[in-house]
Amino acid sequence: MSKNPEFVKFDKVDKSYDGKVLVVKDLQLDIAEGEFITMLGPSGSGKTTCLMMLAGFETPTNGEILLDGNIISNIPPHKRGIGMVFQNYALFPHMTVYENLAFPLRVRKIEKDEIDKKVDKALSMVSLNGFETRMPGQLSGGQQQRVAVARALVFDPAVVLMDEPLGALDKNLRESMQYEIKHIHESIGVTVVYVTHDQSEALTMSNRIAVFNDGKVQQLSSPAELYEKPVNSFVAEFIGENNTFNGEVSDISGDECKVKLSNAEILSNAISVKSKGEKTTVSLRPERALIEPTEKMDNMFSGKIEEVIYHGDHTRVRVNLLGNPEFILKVPNSTSNLELKVSQEIKIGWNSYDARALDPK
Amino acid sequence: MSSETKQILTTDGIPLEVSLKKAEKKNKIRAFLLVAPLLLFLFITYVFPIGEMFTRSVDDKMITNMLPKTFKAMEKWDGKELPSEEVFAGFYSDYKVLIENQTQGKLGQRLNKEKNGFNSITKKLMRQIKRNKIDESQSIKEQIMKVHKRWRDVEYWQAIKRTAPPYTMAKYLKGMDMYFAADGSIAQVDEDRRIHRILWLRTLEIALFVTIFCFLMGYPIAHLLATLPMKYSNLLMICVLLPFWTSLLVRTASWMILLQQQGVVNDFFVMIGLVADDNRPEMMYNKVGTYVAMTQILLPFMVLPLYSVMKTISPSLMRAGKSLGGTPFVAFWKVYFPLTIPGIGAGCLLVFILAIGYYITPALVGGASGTLISNQIAYHMKTTLDWSFASAMGLMLLSGVLVIYWIYNKLVGVDNIKLG
Repeated sequence: MSKNPEFVKFDKVDKSYDGKVLVVKDLQLDIAEGEFITMLGPSGSGKTTCLMMLAGFETPTNGEILLDGNIISNIPPHKRGIGMVFQNYALFPHMTVYENLAFPLRVRKIEKDEIDKKVDKALSMVSLNGFETRMPGQLSGGQQQRVAVARALVFDPAVVLMDEPLGALDKNLRESMQYEIKHIHESIGVTVVYVTHDQSEALTMSNRIAVFNDGKVQQLSSPAELYEKPVNSFVAEFIGENNTFNGEVSDISGDECKVKLSNAEILSNAISVKSKGEKTTVSLRPERALIEPTEKMDNMFSGKIEEVIYHGDHTRVRVNLLGNPEFILKVPNSTSNLELKVSQEIKIGWNSYDARALDPK
Repeated sequence: MSSETKQILTTDGIPLEVSLKKAEKKNKIRAFLLVAPLLLFLFITYVFPIGEMFTRSVDDKMITNMLPKTFKAMEKWDGKELPSEEVFAGFYSDYKVLIENQTQGKLGQRLNKEKNGFNSITKKLMRQIKRNKIDESQSIKEQIMKVHKRWRDVEYWQAIKRTAPPYTMAKYLKGMDMYFAADGSIAQVDEDRRIHRILWLRTLEIALFVTIFCFLMGYPIAHLLATLPMKYSNLLMICVLLPFWTSLLVRTASWMILLQQQGVVNDFFVMIGLVADDNRPEMMYNKVGTYVAMTQILLPFMVLPLYSVMKTISPSLMRAGKSLGGTPFVAFWKVYFPLTIPGIGAGCLLVFILAIGYYITPALVGGASGTLISNQIAYHMKTTLDWSFASAMGLMLLSGVLVIYWIYNKLVGVDNIKLG
């Protein structure tokens, strides 16, 4: 089966509510059939607005949205055939679980037997068989959530939208639900557009992540690439933990560059700097910097330990390094671990490839 | 296993249940003391007056107390022939006491209500007694019968006997245009005099239509209030509540200014050419006036419960309904509307019950065809001073409301009512 790489297409979409501020600016986004794509960003970044435009509750101020090649901007929500899971589940409180699931089928005038079959199938997908006659109020948060997912899928929509569906759940339940939704997606191959502000949720679940900020997609790539190779300092800052140094490019040759800080010079990977003299922010993941490295590394500096925090599987060490008192290191908890003490001087090293010179903050 | 059935003890060795009860007792007493003033207040202002109203409505002790000997003697009387000498003698001595106390007039009036013609013959008897024309050594029956021929009519004595019981349902029957006929059976009043039944039906009809109008107008307003952005909804809320803060009398008076034949509304109709100047429609002193004014006045009672319920309905439910494939109408009808039923119930019940007992507005703008049963009650309270009849009708109204409440509970369930 050949999959349409442009199953959902945002084509130069702008959106403004008040005619003064654009909440979505020139959005260009293609979503492939069967893909699990996450819109990730801080609140107010325009991600939910995009979802609402796709669902049909908001109209784009400019540009078009295409679903399977058809412009849908003028189609009302109930004719789009897009399933949606809402932030607070939006289960109909006066209907039983069965009636909730049967609602989209009944409005489509499907036969009773067929409805029963589909509802049963959808409930078994979220392992909630036997809950048909319960009212939503009698279910726990996780169960309500699964009913909401089943309801969004029961009428076999081409696309399912999920608007921060796990936001109201506690941490453990949220994690298990993440896997459950991911598995459902894998087993039925529906296209999912997922909105969240929780980066770990986005990283675990998605095929691709679109990081939103300020109404624009900052980076659209796979979770691994997003984490390993952020293209700008917003993404580097937003996804995962990040150590930064602000400086000026003093020398550049190919992929490598030298960045001059106030009191040192570090070798970095030139990502978004082009020429000498440019201001830049160097981003380095905490786990890429090593303490007392045994082999030779491109950058070797020493700093003073400010704080040691025990985290069980790893220890976080805050070091004052090159004038940055917030430099974080993650030290895996292994037997070969060094004795780390506050105000101890340690050597820290990292390779130039891992230090990405991005746009200045 | 055994530990489950074993009594659990506290560390001091007292059974846990006893200890818990003891600990909670103080709180319970404190809570009760807090509500005690309110309970007392409710009792004094609610239970007591209603009880008082009930006794007044069935009370018929006046004559029972005025003619004790007569009724004692009447116990043996079969009520078919003229009563015996004993009864006449009893009546004579009772009446003499009344004349001495100068309360004989009340008896005449009261008996006259029971049967026409009593007033004149009791007065005549009084004059005879005052002039000492009655010789107590002779047969009193013969002498009284000579006073007026009606004293010889058995129907008048039957009428006296009917007033004997200290309690009567007559006022309730009167409220339904019925009465106790001479033989004690229940009879209908003549068709052209059945005024109360018309009033009851009209009250129900007006209350029902006012409720429907309030619902039809209040529902969209409440919806708008619940969905508009804060700054507009606050303004709208003030518009809805403004009538609440205006005196009822002022509002009714302003409706009179608007609706009268030379009033603002009629002027406007003439101006836009809807009606001819010499053919202005009557919009006041009839049902139209009552409908318009009462709907406007009772509207907030519909809007507020609806609003409070609608406010709790998440907008995402309607969106869910639509995204799942329901047309906007289906989403409204299957999702939104059922969720507002508690508010509809509360609003309708509130408006209906208020409307059924409405008084000032129909009295001022209702005219002859727009007055309600409450106006009739007020009329008997203030004009005829027949308080027991007014009480009886008041209680009938109250029990009507209770019946409606009961039906409502069966249909919708009182637990489903949300007042806010």
